Amino acid sequence: MLVLALDTATPTLVVGLARWSAGVPAEVLAETAVESGNRHAELLTPAVRAVLADAGVGMAELGAVVTGLGPGPFTGLRVGIVTAAALADARGLPVVGVCSLDAVGTGARSVVTDARRKEVYWAGYDADGTRVAGPGVDRPEDAALSDPVVGDPGFAERLGRPVQAAAVTTAGLLRAAGPQLASGRPDPLVPLYLRRPDAVPPAARKAVSQRVAGQ
Amino acid sequence: MSDQPLVLGFETSCDETGIGLVRGSTLLSDALATSVAEHERFGGVVPEIASRAHLEAMVPTVHRALADAGVTLGDVDAVAVTAGPGLTGALLVGVAAAKAYALALDRPLYGVNHLAAHVAVDELEHGRLAEPSIAMLVSGGHSSLLLVPDLSQDVQPLGQTIDDAAGEAFDKVARVLGLPFPGGPYVDRAARDGDPASIAFPRGLTGQRDAPYDFSFSGLKTAVARWVEARERAGEPVPVPDVAAAFQEAVVDVLTAKAVRACRDHGVDHLVIGGGVAANSRLRALASERCAAAGIVLRTPSPRLCTDNGAMVAALGSRLVQAGVAPSDPSLGADSSMPIDVVSRAG
Ligand SMILES: Nc1ncnc2c1ncn2[C@@H]1O[C@H](COP(=O)(O)OP(=O)(O)O)[C@@H](O)[C@H]1O
Repeated sequence: MLVLALDTATPTLVVGLARWSAGVPAEVLAETAVESGNRHAELLTPAVRAVLADAGVGMAELGAVVTGLGPGPFTGLRVGIVTAAALADARGLPVVGVCSLDAVGTGARSVVTDARRKEVYWAGYDADGTRVAGPGVDRPEDAALSDPVVGDPGFAERLGRPVQAAAVTTAGLLRAAGPQLASGRPDPLVPLYLRRPDAVPPAARKAVSQRVAGQ
Repeated sequence: MSDQPLVLGFETSCDETGIGLVRGSTLLSDALATSVAEHERFGGVVPEIASRAHLEAMVPTVHRALADAGVTLGDVDAVAVTAGPGLTGALLVGVAAAKAYALALDRPLYGVNHLAAHVAVDELEHGRLAEPSIAMLVSGGHSSLLLVPDLSQDVQPLGQTIDDAAGEAFDKVARVLGLPFPGGPYVDRAARDGDPASIAFPRGLTGQRDAPYDFSFSGLKTAVARWVEARERAGEPVPVPDVAAAFQEAVVDVLTAKAVRACRDHGVDHLVIGGGVAANSRLRALASERCAAAGIVLRTPSPRLCTDNGAMVAALGSRLVQAGVAPSDPSLGADSSMPIDVVSRAG
């Protein structure tokens, strides 16, 4: 079946089209990675169009949609998830969500991506590529990493160890989505925010209004 | 069966996820999910909480709207979405969703102005707007007077608030009075048992030399807070209904006077009032009294359609389709401060 995959958890938005069948590695037919920064909302649907055109595939031929669920900066992340959900809903397709870090690199590794505020999103994987630690969000020095570390090389200095550049790929998204695609019963899409919303309840109301409220 | 376009509208500029379906100027459905309860303890809308709620509510709310209207996605002729003004993160959930539905359904997409949509919604109940009309938009984030020669492409700002929006003033005064959030409806209710003439609160920007169509409500809000605090210091009880009534009277007196003046000055005899504060019972009463006296035809959407909803976006979208306005480019984004004279992002 033809699967459209997308991810907006990092500043590079990724859209790909792959042929998938159970038990074998997916064949990527077209893929684009756009350094879109904070313009995911503007650029994502044009990128989807472009990838479909590139592969010569129409929306009607799709069998499923896969999306990264983060962790990643919230606003951009939601753009990808809601786009995948809406595309799938409009075509009556299943939509599969995966941890975006699972789609970075292969094999035994730790993955780090930029969580802003001088922190990293991170996860650890064993030799089978199974996630065994994380996903978490921490200061780089507090993340439970083991070599090789892949992902955002900008953190090499803070970590005091090499970080091999690696990004979300269509192949990685499809690999991570494999079990759910095979079962045909994907889990509900739950974004991996990992942080609570920034919001502080205001200080207690003034005495006068409390008294009035209690009248 | 109809040759009128079926438009699916998305509204996520603040804390309401609104999905509406309109055919021509007929309201088919108006599904709403709100995160208002989650913001209450913060005393105001927390953008990140609102955005998370929009994402969760999106697909289910679309389906509620479809079911209520008895149509399917395949029947939809065009998609419209609030592109601004509003909270960026919240807007983007609606914009991304609308773009994806438009792409998957292969239908045109219209990114529209939230404020113009507050005016357009009136057409669902009262038919085609007389043009030109004067429009007054009063909500939690905006207070504007507009001259509307053509709602699909020519909306001219006459004036706006220079500080707090009218709804914001209602919400802040409600807080001072210990009423729940958002306070507008509670102030409205409390005021029914109060005497509007009991306290003389200031009318902002009503001097001879003040800008005739601009508003200011922050001085009024401060005056109310001071009055209440003085009572408190004196150890006297605060007469909530009287304070609510006198405050509300000050707001609606200024709003209606300026709206009527805008009509007179521009030789326009139709006024439409929209936005959440247009649900206010005293504003509706005083506006109809003053419009009647001035020979102005007043139109206000029913209270349910005054606050944010998806039908208003679909209503404006429908207007744009029928006027032949160009749809938005697929690279449409959100514009948190979209100017009022931009009715839609064309091309
Ligand atoms: N009956 C009412 N009287 C006064 N204000 C009201 C009333 N009902 C709602 N409001 C106010 O309307 C505002 C919400 O307006 P709405 O148009 O939904 O929001 P937005 O500002 O996001 O466009 C709030 O400030 C609310 O207190």
